[in-house]
Amino acid sequence: MTAVEERTAPPAAPPPRRPNGLWALLRNSWRQLTSMRTALILLFLLAVAAIPGSVLPQRPVSAENVSKYFAAHPTLAPFLDRLGGFDVYASAWFAAIYLLLFTSLVGCVVPRLLDHARTLRTPPPDAPKRLDRLPQHAAAGPRPDEPAAAAEAVAAILRRRRFRTVVREQQGGAWTVAGEKGYLKETGNLLFHFALLAVLVGVGFGHWYGWHGNRLLVAGADRGFCNSVTQYDESSLGPRVDPADLPHFCLTLTDFTASYQSNGTPKSFLATVDVSQNDGPARSRTFTVNQPLRLHHANVHLLGHGYAPILRYTDRYGQQQTKVVPFLPTDGMLTSEGVAQFPDVNIDPKTNKRDDKLQVGFEGVYLPTVSPGGSPASAFPAQRSPALFLTAYRGDLGVDVGIPGSVYALDRSQIANGELKQVSGVRPHELKPGGTWTLDDGTKLEFLGTRQFVTLSIRYDPTQPLVLGGAVVGLIGLMMSLAGHRRRVWFRAAPLEASEGSSGGTVMEAGGLPRTDYPGFGDEFDALVSAAKDEGTP
Amino acid sequence: MAELSNQLMAITVLAYLAAMIGYAAEYAFGNRSHVGRAAARPAKQLVGAGAPVPPQVEAPVVEERAPLDRGAWAGRIAVGVNALGLLLHLGALVARGVAAGRMPWGNMYEFLMSVTFVGSAVWLGLVIRKPGVRHLGLFVTLALVVLLGADGLIAYTPVGPLVPALHSYWFVIHVSTIILASGIFLVGAVPATMFLIKTGYDQGKRRFPYTLGKRMPGAATLERLTFRLHAFAFPLFTFGALIAGPLWAEASWGRYWGWDPKEVWAFISWVVYACYLHARATPSVKRTVATWIALLGFATMLMNLFGVNLFFSGMHSYANAGGM
Repeated sequence: MTAVEERTAPPAAPPPRRPNGLWALLRNSWRQLTSMRTALILLFLLAVAAIPGSVLPQRPVSAENVSKYFAAHPTLAPFLDRLGGFDVYASAWFAAIYLLLFTSLVGCVVPRLLDHARTLRTPPPDAPKRLDRLPQHAAAGPRPDEPAAAAEAVAAILRRRRFRTVVREQQGGAWTVAGEKGYLKETGNLLFHFALLAVLVGVGFGHWYGWHGNRLLVAGADRGFCNSVTQYDESSLGPRVDPADLPHFCLTLTDFTASYQSNGTPKSFLATVDVSQNDGPARSRTFTVNQPLRLHHANVHLLGHGYAPILRYTDRYGQQQTKVVPFLPTDGMLTSEGVAQFPDVNIDPKTNKRDDKLQVGFEGVYLPTVSPGGSPASAFPAQRSPALFLTAYRGDLGVDVGIPGSVYALDRSQIANGELKQVSGVRPHELKPGGTWTLDDGTKLEFLGTRQFVTLSIRYDPTQPLVLGGAVVGLIGLMMSLAGHRRRVWFRAAPLEASEGSSGGTVMEAGGLPRTDYPGFGDEFDALVSAAKDEGTP
Repeated sequence: MAELSNQLMAITVLAYLAAMIGYAAEYAFGNRSHVGRAAARPAKQLVGAGAPVPPQVEAPVVEERAPLDRGAWAGRIAVGVNALGLLLHLGALVARGVAAGRMPWGNMYEFLMSVTFVGSAVWLGLVIRKPGVRHLGLFVTLALVVLLGADGLIAYTPVGPLVPALHSYWFVIHVSTIILASGIFLVGAVPATMFLIKTGYDQGKRRFPYTLGKRMPGAATLERLTFRLHAFAFPLFTFGALIAGPLWAEASWGRYWGWDPKEVWAFISWVVYACYLHARATPSVKRTVATWIALLGFATMLMNLFGVNLFFSGMHSYANAGGM
């Protein structure tokens, strides 16, 4: 879309300099890149390139689904992975497309911006000689007044209709009025494209300077959370964010209430927390889904919730340990799975040495409402008739080998190699709240009750206002660009040949040129012409 | 109320079917539409004065008071029945909303029901303002009947409350604008298809789909109608999907954009429709090519509705069909 200047060389001119090959190549590539055809192809490629991201599981969305895909397609998955198929929107080829597209965009809109700035300062061009050759043409009637006055009167009409208007005196006593309107179309178009650039910049900086973390927070003052990377279950900091830059605040979940329909679908959630920011006093705040807790430079979003059974284990020496272990929900009725591990139990007080053979772990499910039919799934998400179903293991839990394991499942390899043995019956043992289970070695497990927990996503993206502002400005520009119409009109007022008896007057004709596809232009032109006529006939 | 809604919906589909038959009768037995006749006349020759003149071949629509033939009567009755269908459709939506105690936009069934309602309303507004395009009615009602049939068959969901994730005023803003935009894109796809058929017919093609073009309004009229519908729907879609959606996503999920499958396909639709607008504004790209791009855009909208809801799982999954 770059204007190419072509001039016919004068015949006596010296032969043109041999163009530098490299320069020509660069120039031609640039012209090619900034052409509309290339931009269209790149736009298309962008749409096509986005498709795999909806078909294949994506790491930033769900790393778990990616692992499942690897397990299901062991040969295909590594190949796709090398192509970036599991993180399409961060892959080199996706970036290549949108960066080329935006380069093409810059190459297109910057010259257009300069052109438009020039146009805005240039008065509308003078009327062509033959107005009757324009798409719209009409006689605007003979008028009694002089051409100069007639031109001024018509110019006033045009100005009132917000045309940019110039009146010019021609040879032979004629006057022309040139009017142009619809500059906002190009202004809006440029605004839209520059707003897109702002959005891209905003998204890029947001990626650099933003951070987020996920955290499971159990209710209770003893389970508070303070914002630092080590406190997160999972976190991701932008490349320009230092862990020390995170804002200081602490959260304690004091209450969580959920209400449900009779069929178990959730109706409402409400989390209440005590927040202290920058070591200030704790204040109670509530938040829910769709209404995040907005803190200074951090937003806390409620993602999910569940139950954490409180379990007390009494070992063979009478020592007691209490743990609050979150069980993760596996369905909408909050059937939850989890594990309670007690590695530091059964320590002989005489030797004070831990016996790796006597560590204890419990694994199983928690049902907030046991279904009467004996189904292994919960029948309702609220705790109507809760029960824990646990299997006990004794031996080496394998928690000290230094390999980070899941806190929601026992180490399968320890069970497989016989280091950890199942010591309860084939069927999981059922425990009601307040119930006690005495194991084969006389040690006891008590189910004291549950606490609620919530899963939180804590995020900060500093450029969100820029992205939003860019999107809104872009939309305004888009509407201006789609609704506007560039058009020109001209009026020529020529002196009427003075015949016998009459003292001159003006003959007026008008022409109109729509510069963009504008079906309503004919009507507008007719209205202008009749307004000019009405003005002229007193 | 839920039962009433279902019954009204069934009658609505029947009304659209009846309207379709009426339009078909006009199509088969009537004269060519006004615009079609006007376009058949040699267009006034326009002479450019130096500057490029847009290829404006549309002749003014002449409102001739010709005696109405049987076909025109069938067409008028069809518009009436179509309007009746629209009222029933509105009734079905209102009954559904009353039964659920909320805006009836909570799942795929209700979404498609609302999109077809918007499509039907936009079409009626169009045909009342420009009776010349009435011949398109056959294909608009065909699209309505097919979509509503598919809606009832694969997406029917009993009335239910919203999950907490949808308890937000953004629900009304985000979903309503997308419904409006989708409805207008739906109507826009009809003249787009007919423009391609008509162009083929004008080029002398007489195979099956092109024979439908015989009684169509002029190609330029169809093309301009296509553009105006799309140019109206595109900013609406931009607002609904790319501004209101991300604003809600930020409040609900913590990020304004996360490449959820629904978001991906909304992005794809947006890019394809943007392609259409660019292609149409570029003189070197043929209008038929541009119109094909518009149809591709509509195909991506359908993919987002049916494909993503039925085959992909994502954070928009409450929009899925019941029992899926």
